Amino acid sequence: MTAKNYKHLLEVKDLHVSFKIMAGKVEAINGVSFTLDKGKILGIVGESGSGKSVTSYSIMQIVDKNGHIDSGSIVFEGEEMLGMSKEKLRNIRGNRIAMIFQDPMTALDPVYTIGNQLEEAVRTHENVSKKEAYKRSIEMLNLVGINEPEKRMKQYPFEFSGGMLQRIVIGMALVCKPDLLIADEPTTALDVTIQAQIIELLKDIQEKMGMAIILITHDLGVVAAICDEVDVMYAGRIVERGTADEIFYRPAHEYTKGLINSVPTLADDHELEPIKGNPVNLTRLPKGCAFAPRCSKCMKICLEKFPDQIELSPNHYTSCFETVRLLNSEGIIDITAKPTVEEEKKEVTEENRVVDEPAKEKTIREIKKLVKDD
Amino acid sequence: MTTKNSGMPIGFGLGKKNPLSFQVDLTLLQRATEDEQAAADIKGKPSSFFKDGLVRLFHNPVALVSFIAIILVLIAVIVIPEVWPYSYDLQLGTYYSDGSYNNLSPMEYGTAELARIANGETIFPHLFGTDSLGRDYFIRVIYGARISLIVGLFASIIVLIIGSIYGSISGYFGGKVDLVMMRIVDIIYSLPDLLIIILLASILKTTLNIDNSAFLSALGTGMISIFIVFALLYWVGMARLVRGQILTIKKEDFVLASKASGASGFWIIFKHLLPNSISVIIISVTLQIPSAIFTESFLSFIGLGVSAPMPSLGSLASDALNSISSYPYLLIIPACIISIIILAFNLFGDGLRDSFDPKLQK
Amino acid sequence: MNSKFLSYILKRLIMAVVTVFAVITITFFAMQLIPGGPFLAEKSISAETLALLEAQYGLDKPVFIQYLNYLKGALIWDFGPSIKKTGRFVTDIIFSDFKVSGIIGLIALLIATFTGSILGSLAATHQNKVGDRVIMVLSTASIALPSFIIATVLLLLFCVTLKWFPANGTSIAGYILPTITLSLYPMAYITRLTRSSTLDILNQDYIKMAKAKGLSNRKVLFKHALRNSLTPVITYFGPEFAYIITGSLVVEQIFAIPGLGRDFVSSISNRDYPMIMGTTIFLTDIMVIMLLVSDILYKVADPKVDFD
Repeated sequence: MTAKNYKHLLEVKDLHVSFKIMAGKVEAINGVSFTLDKGKILGIVGESGSGKSVTSYSIMQIVDKNGHIDSGSIVFEGEEMLGMSKEKLRNIRGNRIAMIFQDPMTALDPVYTIGNQLEEAVRTHENVSKKEAYKRSIEMLNLVGINEPEKRMKQYPFEFSGGMLQRIVIGMALVCKPDLLIADEPTTALDVTIQAQIIELLKDIQEKMGMAIILITHDLGVVAAICDEVDVMYAGRIVERGTADEIFYRPAHEYTKGLINSVPTLADDHELEPIKGNPVNLTRLPKGCAFAPRCSKCMKICLEKFPDQIELSPNHYTSCFETVRLLNSEGIIDITAKPTVEEEKKEVTEENRVVDEPAKEKTIREIKKLVKDD
Repeated sequence: MTTKNSGMPIGFGLGKKNPLSFQVDLTLLQRATEDEQAAADIKGKPSSFFKDGLVRLFHNPVALVSFIAIILVLIAVIVIPEVWPYSYDLQLGTYYSDGSYNNLSPMEYGTAELARIANGETIFPHLFGTDSLGRDYFIRVIYGARISLIVGLFASIIVLIIGSIYGSISGYFGGKVDLVMMRIVDIIYSLPDLLIIILLASILKTTLNIDNSAFLSALGTGMISIFIVFALLYWVGMARLVRGQILTIKKEDFVLASKASGASGFWIIFKHLLPNSISVIIISVTLQIPSAIFTESFLSFIGLGVSAPMPSLGSLASDALNSISSYPYLLIIPACIISIIILAFNLFGDGLRDSFDPKLQK
Repeated sequence: MNSKFLSYILKRLIMAVVTVFAVITITFFAMQLIPGGPFLAEKSISAETLALLEAQYGLDKPVFIQYLNYLKGALIWDFGPSIKKTGRFVTDIIFSDFKVSGIIGLIALLIATFTGSILGSLAATHQNKVGDRVIMVLSTASIALPSFIIATVLLLLFCVTLKWFPANGTSIAGYILPTITLSLYPMAYITRLTRSSTLDILNQDYIKMAKAKGLSNRKVLFKHALRNSLTPVITYFGPEFAYIITGSLVVEQIFAIPGLGRDFVSSISNRDYPMIMGTTIFLTDIMVIMLLVSDILYKVADPKVDFD
């Protein structure tokens, strides 16, 4: 453990990752940068192929064999992780950074009891007796809400339901009290009601243990429920970053707006607006903005070059030429898209930056509906 | 940050790089047309499953080489017997009552032959030499290969026909029919097939009376028993495979649609279910061929295959064992040929499977 | 779970019994196909042998009685006297031969399993590198090429040309090459099986999870990957044994081993029918037992496999 003073818990700078497959070279990540501070929950959203999972695998350095981290930097607690020795990396994995995966049913080895695997997690990093490891495992099972922990320790993964397994997996990840937890689509493989429980559990544990979380998901409802900050990814790049409030109430990038608008709500009868076009072919990335072919505000320049990131507010960045155009033409610092549900354009200035309350209430309710069953 | 300067929009990164193209730069801020957007949307080329598979197959060097080898062998066994000056059963030594024709090395001429050449005769060389009875070995090997291929082909066809019909009936009708049919398959599957083949082949060798057909007696009882046993035992693997496919496809919607428009069971089986399983069936047949060839050569090797004088690659190898130290080429040549044939089919079948098996598609 | 297990064993047991019965019946009726009857068709039978055969099979009684006599004998492995090897009983011949074949077969099995799993795991962990390619080519060749080809070529190479081993199986040294030859096909099969199973396993989420927990590569491989990838190998024991049996026919012939395979092949050309029938049934029984054992072992090894 270093006693260095570092500014951010995790700092990713200009990461480039590619994969070699039969059809060519897949540029999975093309210049991703973000920071995460202690105790914060960051949500990374995007569709399949956006590169969100690869980003997390790169942090842990468990990318698939045909994947290659081409360039960039990943600094965790002040130390550069790319190029770190294998032992140091192993020391960090499971210990200071932990990860949980999407499908709990396949995340555990089917031929060993969960007690065996929990104790393995403890004893890999801490030199404690089997008894002590057993005790810690029981404590963790209690913490994640598994009843009769002594009995459960002797059971095999196939004897549990998906929800219970995911709790166990979370427990296993946290048993060494890591500073960062990466959760890769932790609720996608579960039923909707169980999803809510798991999200509640994560929130709960985060409050108790204070670790930072990177939550990767394509489900906006999950993001709305617990994330502090959100990064929106498309085709291996972050197209918009901001706090959860900024992203939901003042989305700037057309893709973000599209994501939010394509979520069906029970509120009013506006038509579902899917995002037109096809997902990007990652073996042949266009030279301009990758979203341009599908964007309703596409300008010719969008097809020519990739927009630089611009700051809309201290917590809100985006890479979009349309945003720049609006900034220039309306001469305002803050721009707003349509508030998420209503159609009418609202000219917002510095003064009435805050969207009116009733609309805000409605939107919060809509989004929360996706997470809880009330 | 928001102030404009000299009318040039900022934030686009256009800068003042090229003053001459001032006007052109501004046009970049116009909305892109739908065509321009579509042009930038680079999609992969669409192509059918079959075409994709073929491309993949022919980029596989091993499969390609195997395919060529198979074609070459096929051509050889069809064409050469027609044009070759020697026949497979002509014992030159006995014919000329001259032992110098026997056991010649590849490309060697016997003393009698040399004398005849000196006399002005042209004698076609023995590419692979001759065997202990003075028979040209090259043509015998070719005939042996021909037998192997015939057995491989017909045995596989038998397996294909019986297996797919049985499997599709069982799979399509399901229920009790399926249950009973599969129990029978289980029993047959558990029988030790090689032992039974040996048993039947040895019985049939002594009992089968086939002198009334020239073709059949040329083939020999061994061959016939191979076909009989294949027809009785070896189709079960194919039946299971086809049944599995049927069961999967049965649930697809287009089958339901066909039923709804009144198609009968057999029609559905032949028109819809079987064609969709084609790729799996073809792969299976291609891998069945070398297995049949293996069985035939194995039986011939232990003396139960084709009857002399018709050669089989297996019987050639077996005969060559006795003189292995003096005339090793008698063994090596048929060994190589049969290895090439079996290997080529296996590798090609593997290549087919890698290219076409839907389960392996990533 | 225990009752499920028991009913599974019962089902398999019934299947095994049915198979044996089927084979006995098939051999009996196959024998009946021979004009004049299998035993009487041979003119060279001595009077004593004929009397023994008469007692054993009831040769002049109706077919059904003959079948029952036959069945009785087959179930207790009593097949009567050999026609060609006068003075000896088939069962005795089989047992004394099997001492040799059984040992060779067992050793070949062990070699194949052990070497095969190691080679397969190595190939998987070095996927697409040189070692993997070499191993795969060799194993494909061993599987595709007929055993008698491989055996004769090895005989040619090591006994005739290099003269490293004696060409016949009278001394211990003479047993080495045939045992290795016999093990080649199953070894190749197990190599491929282990390799694809290991590759499969290495792609599983729980391996990624193990790595994400910070386990060393060695621990991941030996504790998690290996244990899981070996279960398919267990399913192969039964068929592997069946192969060893048929492979021995060829190997014993070529290397002149005085085993059951060689005697079986010669009994075929000698038309020694009691011997043919007896050996077929005996070998089937052994095969069926081994298949049963391997099926049970598999269910024990893999706790979550469902009972068919």
